[in-house]
This record gives sequence, structure tokens and C-alpha cells, in this order.
Amino acid sequence: MSRHEIMLTGSGGQGMILASIILAQAAILENKNAAQSQSYGPEARGGKCKAELIVSDSFIRFPRVTNPTFILALTQSSLDNYTEGISGKCIVMADESLKVPYWLNPDQVIRVPVLDTARSRVGKLFTANIVAVGAINKVLNIAGWDNLKKAVLMHIPEKTEEINIKALKAGEMMLCSYQPAPSAERLLIA
Amino acid sequence: MSRLVLMQGNEACVEGAIACGMRFFAGYPITPSTEIAEYCALRLPMVKGHFIQMEDEIASMAAVIGASVAGVKSMTATSGPGFSLKQENIGYASAAEIPCVIVNAQRSGPSTGLPTSPSQGDVMQSRWGTHGDHPIIVLSPSSVSETYTLIIRAFNLSEKYRTPVIFLMDEMVGHLREGIEIPEHIEIVNRKVIKGGQSQHMPYRIPDGECAPVFAPFGEGDRYNITGLIHDESGFPTNSHIEANRMITRLMRKIEDNVDDIVATEERYTEDADIAVLCYGGTTRSVLEAIDEARSKGIRVGMFRPITLWPFPEKELFKLSGKIKKLIVAEHNYGQIVLEAERVVKNNCSLKFTGKVDGTLISPAEILRAIEED
Repeated sequence: MSRHEIMLTGSGGQGMILASIILAQAAILENKNAAQSQSYGPEARGGKCKAELIVSDSFIRFPRVTNPTFILALTQSSLDNYTEGISGKCIVMADESLKVPYWLNPDQVIRVPVLDTARSRVGKLFTANIVAVGAINKVLNIAGWDNLKKAVLMHIPEKTEEINIKALKAGEMMLCSYQPAPSAERLLIA
Repeated sequence: MSRLVLMQGNEACVEGAIACGMRFFAGYPITPSTEIAEYCALRLPMVKGHFIQMEDEIASMAAVIGASVAGVKSMTATSGPGFSLKQENIGYASAAEIPCVIVNAQRSGPSTGLPTSPSQGDVMQSRWGTHGDHPIIVLSPSSVSETYTLIIRAFNLSEKYRTPVIFLMDEMVGHLREGIEIPEHIEIVNRKVIKGGQSQHMPYRIPDGECAPVFAPFGEGDRYNITGLIHDESGFPTNSHIEANRMITRLMRKIEDNVDDIVATEERYTEDADIAVLCYGGTTRSVLEAIDEARSKGIRVGMFRPITLWPFPEKELFKLSGKIKKLIVAEHNYGQIVLEAERVVKNNCSLKFTGKVDGTLISPAEILRAIEED
């Protein structure tokens, strides 16, 4: 039985909520169970933003993340705040520009240039969330390419299809040679 | 294989309502119910329905009553402080027997409280929020899927019994996105009406075999009066004590006499259970997770869930209480439905309460602790 408890964190406006919705949509298209939710309130506006997603082969009882198995962090404050006290088995995907806190085991951290890829390779920083979706799916294998692409297209504004698919591909390509570290691999199989 | 649709609880509430014929929504946005208004604004014009953002919650409730009197299935949605404001007009709908559905996505209170943290603090208000003896039906969903099907039931009961129905959601379910399967066939109940010109100006005369009045919608030719005052068969106010007794007794009994039709509950793993956890709405999800964990440790624990909170499922809980040793009432408040449980269970089994008022969800671990403690 596979079950991922995912947290996508960054600052308000980076599109973490949309990214979590797209990944949930991709899981649903794969006939998996998904439960998505997000933080509300003043702290979510411009400040720290957190979206939660559970993807499972079986029925999801409690739909909130209690023991994260995967965290994406696009800002230093979200990386520092949301990874403290997590399990050593949780994979942390952090933007390359961030300083990895001392409490994380290097084996559990995947450093990727999400923001830089969006800015330089795709050409628009606002596609960072879609770049992240591509990268996350490469690691967690939530959906096949067709369903992933379909999920993105279902949730983005009209006339942004081309740039978002470019971002999705760039996100996947970032990790084209990705092999889970031995400890992380155990984790992904479990 | 069935195709699932990813939907938020608040969206499912709107989609279900539209599927069963809701064509009018008036409201004033308030988190965590705002998506319901937003989604109605988007979806209702597509089905030739109407959406109005009113100047406040009081006016929204009035508009909903007005639309329903004209024969349109109508709904409003609110939260916490907005629910308090709607109470006066909910009483009006109850007294005048106007079908309508009021969604309350609960948040922490009292007053503006802890915006916009989850809570289940409006259980008693949903029953007794408006003054005077009055009937009410309250339903509470625990998943996005159930939100879709249960809002349809809310409309059906409202139409059938000509009463406001409170759809008591919580932030946890309203803001959750899950995959749901849209049912192909749904049962729809529409209120009974007569053609304009046939009421002989006695709109509140109850036809044989009916528990609620049957009248023509406003605008179809009948001229009659509707009031929140005690009224007789003509719909006009009266000070007659005989009429007052007759009217209130009939209002109460149209629900009391039909509890078996209205009450719905869910039981899980109760066949062999020593302990049962009573829960409803979003808290159910924590309880299910905790029960799974407890059962893996060999504790025989089950779940009892009132889907209909009001009228409270007395018969069902009483029956269960005779089979178990302990009932744990888990609700996201300081203790509300536990009072009903105590009244019903009496000394059949021991009773324990676990609740929370800090604005965070009750976690499965907290429920498990309550199950494991003596």
C-alpha cells in the first residue's frame, strides 16, 4: 500500500495551493485517492503558505498531514519552519537557493533549482509551481505523463497552456537523472 | 472503472444543490463558507438560476425566504457570526413553513472568534438559535462525497416538511478537496403545490393526509397572507390561544411524528464493540483513523455517527448503548451533543467526553488516547 503525506510550502502567491490541487487532480485521474487542503487566515496572504495533500491507494480517513513523507519548500522561512521535527524518512525538496537546516540529513534532501528554472529556462517566475509539480511527480510518481499534463491543463487559465506545459517538462527534466538516495529509496518503496 | 471528480466540499454543496433544483442563492461572503457563494455566482447563471450578494446576512435570509415563497428552491450559506444574524428570519421560515436550506460552515466562536479556524460549536445554536418552540432539521456531512448527496437530502426534507433545514458543515469538510463520484440517479422531492386560484384563501388549511400546508407559489394568482405571527388557516394573524396551541403543536409534530423518515445514522464496527465513539461531521475522519489504530491493537471499538443531528437519533443511540460498555462522545467544541447523549444513554453504559476549543482539529492521536484511557 502506498501513501504519501505531502506538504507544499512557500510564500503566498507562489502557487503552492494550485500545485497541490493539480497533483490531487493527477492522482484522481489515476484512480488513486487524494485529499487536498490548505492553510487559511491572514498568515496565508503574502506570508508563509502551506498546502497539504494526501495520496493513497486506499480510502483516506483523516485527510490532513500528520506525519509528512514529502515536503517542498520554496522559501527559507518555510524550509526552516515546516521541516523542524520531521521524520528522518521524510523527503525534503528544497529550492537550490536555500540553506539546508542542520537538522536535516543530506540524504533526505533533494536540492533543485525550481525558481531559477522557472525564471531562466521557462522564462516566467510565476511558473515555478508548475516546475515543482513536474519535479515532485518525477520523485513520487503520482501520475503518468498524460494524466499529469491533463491535470495541469484542467486548472490553469486559458492561453497559458504552452508556457505551463513547458514548465512541467522543465520540472521533470530537472530530475531526469534523479536516483533516490539509498535511504530515500527505502522510503519511496514503503 | 468509475471516474472520480476532484471537488472541494463547498463546491460539492453547490453542485448537489443545483442537481436537485436549487435555483436561487442569496448570501454574504464569510470564511469558511465563501466558496459556496463564489461558486453559486459562477454556476447559477449557467442553469438559469439567480445569485444575489445581499447587503448582509439578515437580508440574505429574507431574500431566500422570498424566493422560496415564489416557488424556487433556495439556499444561503454562512458561518459563525453570520449564522447568528440569520436566526430571526430562520424562525420566520419555520413559523410560516417556507422551505429553505441554510448552510453553516462552522468556525471557531463565540462572536467573530478565531477566524477562520475549524470548530463544531454551533450544534446547539442550529437547534435552538431562533427563539420559541419550533421545528428544525439539521444534517451534518463528513466527507466531500457525502456533502453532495446530503445537501440533496436537505432540500428533499425541506420541501417535504416545509421547514428550514440547516446544513451544518465544518471548515474541515468545506475546505477539503477529495475525489467524488457524481451519482447518476438522485431522488428529488418537490413541495406539493396547487394551481393559483384554488386555495379559497385558506393557504394554511392542511389537506387530509398531509402534515404541512399546500399552497400555490406567490405570483401564480392566489392572494394570501404569510406572517411570522401565530396565524390560522387563512394565514392571517390571530390571538386565539386555541389556534396558537394548534399551530405550534402541529409544527412540532410534523417533525416528531416523522423522525424515522428524517433521522439517518451510520454505525461502523459496532457489532462486536465494547466501546463506541459518537461523532459527526469532520471529526468523524479523525475517529475513523483512531478506530483503525485501536482495532489493530485489539481494542474492540466502533463508531456511531448521527448524520441527522436534529432531531437527535434517540432510538438508535439508546439501542446501541445497551450493547456497549462505554460511549465516548467526540466533538469539536466544549461539549454540546454530549448533553443529548447523556439524556438518551442514561445509565445503560458509561459516558465520556472528549472535545477541543483551541481552533485546531481533533487529531486521530487524541481520539486514540481517549479510547485507550480508562
